[in-house]
Amino acid sequence: MKPIIEVKNLSKVYNISHVRKPYHTLREDLIEVAKTPIRFLRGHRSDKEEFWALKDVSFDVKQGEVLGIIGRNGAGKSTLLKVLSRITEPTKGSAVLRGRVASLLEVGTGFHPELTGRDNIYLNGALLGMSRKEISRKFDEIVDFAEIEKFLDTPVKFYSSGMYVRLAFAVAAHLEPDILVIDEVLAVGDMQFQQKSLGKMEEISKGGRTVLFVSHNLSAISSLCSRAILLRDGRVASDGAVTLVIKEYMDSGVDTSYQAKPVKVLSKPRIAEVWLETIDGKKVTQLKSGDPFRLVYELDNPTMVPLEIAAAFFDGLRRPLWNFSHAMQGLNTLPTDRRLRVGLEFAPPQLTVSDLIVDLALGPKGGLPYIDHIVDGIRCQVIDNQEKLVLPRYPEWPILCPAIIDYKKVKE
Amino acid sequence: MDRKETTFKPIVIKANREAPHYWADMWRYRELFYFLTWRDIKVRYKQTAFGVAWAILQPLILMVVFSLFFGRVVGISSDGVPYPIFAYAGLLFWQFFSGSLSKASGSFVASQGILQKIYFPRLILPLSSTLVSLVDFAMAAVVFAGLMIYYQFVPTLLGILLVIPAILITVLTAAGLGTILATLNVKYRDVGHALPFFIQLLLFLTPVIYPVSLVPERFRWLLHLNPMTGVIDSIRASFLGLGDVNWGSLGTAFAISLFLFVFGYLYLRRFESEFADII
Repeated sequence: MKPIIEVKNLSKVYNISHVRKPYHTLREDLIEVAKTPIRFLRGHRSDKEEFWALKDVSFDVKQGEVLGIIGRNGAGKSTLLKVLSRITEPTKGSAVLRGRVASLLEVGTGFHPELTGRDNIYLNGALLGMSRKEISRKFDEIVDFAEIEKFLDTPVKFYSSGMYVRLAFAVAAHLEPDILVIDEVLAVGDMQFQQKSLGKMEEISKGGRTVLFVSHNLSAISSLCSRAILLRDGRVASDGAVTLVIKEYMDSGVDTSYQAKPVKVLSKPRIAEVWLETIDGKKVTQLKSGDPFRLVYELDNPTMVPLEIAAAFFDGLRRPLWNFSHAMQGLNTLPTDRRLRVGLEFAPPQLTVSDLIVDLALGPKGGLPYIDHIVDGIRCQVIDNQEKLVLPRYPEWPILCPAIIDYKKVKE
Repeated sequence: MDRKETTFKPIVIKANREAPHYWADMWRYRELFYFLTWRDIKVRYKQTAFGVAWAILQPLILMVVFSLFFGRVVGISSDGVPYPIFAYAGLLFWQFFSGSLSKASGSFVASQGILQKIYFPRLILPLSSTLVSLVDFAMAAVVFAGLMIYYQFVPTLLGILLVIPAILITVLTAAGLGTILATLNVKYRDVGHALPFFIQLLLFLTPVIYPVSLVPERFRWLLHLNPMTGVIDSIRASFLGLGDVNWGSLGTAFAISLFLFVFGYLYLRRFESEFADII
């Protein structure tokens, strides 16, 4: 039997312009053409650069296999899913999908706030590729799973964020495609609902369906998948049994700074760069337990809106340690500059862990919903750690860790 | 969607997808088309205080204003029929056209969230916008029937039959032009700003306020390049008894509208694959 998914030399290139603009206007492009007609006719502009988000990616997936896809931010995971979901076209190579595909790159895509829960179930189901008959058949099950019976005829704009997410996941969880493509959807809802979702995922993956699953949650990957692929810089770095691939990923370990993928146009604020440094501003790749350190963000803010940042710290297995949130510390929003450097100075006591993972987030005034959220943004090792001393770990999550904050405008 | 049908037709993803798949996909995604249209209609009548009344009030108010200014004050000829019903016949189709065009042109940008996360033939969006306006049109048409009774006009059978090609031409023109503008709008957001102005300009290049006979003979062919001229002119001729239907004009209108639609489709296809990357 032929494999249900066959990916051959799949490559995707992005042309990146170095001009930082939220979007083009026709007027500007016309002026540009008038100024440099020859360059325009030759079809390339000097400020462009190629970026290979995927490069010669090949793999097969057998019917019923549950394949995990892991890798650092910017390794090409999301691009791969986008190409396989046909949202964007590859530049080279091909993929053959032998079956009905449903992709779940986000929960609640296409939800309309003015429509009732009932209407949104039909709409969202249709968007995810379900037929009307199929939705009607599963309707009660979906409502049951989401626990929203009472609010079925209320417009979803009156839903709490928890209800909204539950409903969105419930629709998605009742899809019955041959191939299911999932991107990090488990990170929604409260703990209890996450457990329920994970259970549902397990049920789906054991039901003989073929699943492609991208996640940063390594424990979810290892419990759901039998096989995994590790992507690095757009290439397949490793492909095999899930335990081996996860080990390789963990060993390749340190990623002490974060740099955003170059984009063609910058239309909304984002986290451009993040790194760790010592108090006197020297970039570091590992932390020394007991020494204060600085976490530095560089933010792009093309639309010049008020922003807030947050950071969450975990140990190597993603057990929560502590949390910094701009709003919760009672700080004002950041000054609005096109590019701003924000330093957070932490002075934690002795660290009792050997690895530190930091999730990075950028939000509007009030903090939520995040405009940019980088899970596993930074990983680094902690040396001289006091692991063996069995000191009490940081208290229960979520604890706010105060930081000294400073800003600096960055020239473009 | 029938499971068997899709299981045996593998989806092949590669650079530069070919066209036949596109139309097969249009058919495969017909239910989504239905749901998107249904959503827009539902939301449209839910969010507004007057709901359905808007569809009737807009052309009616415009009719009154036009009758006062252009009919009374300026005294534009209306080929001998009462100016209000003359203007309304034009407005009925003009409102349908301009409403569809402006919704279709904004359809990609308005749905950017969906475009980034879900695949479907993008042509569905501008097409479904046009259908939403068809509901408004149907309601405004009821008022037209009322006006016909009030002014004691009896439509010819031919006139009633002409409504079908008239709607078809309007839909093709609005969807075609709308698809071109919507595609442009993804890349150049200033298209969105220029659009209301563009539509206003078009109103004066369409015989809504004035009859075709007002335009000097030697410039008339220019007016007929606008498909809406053929539509409005033949509807007036057959419903208000203003002479014979100009078949040449209607034929030209159909040809041009078809051309616009095909052009819009091809233009969209050229850029569709990049949408998710630039929107």
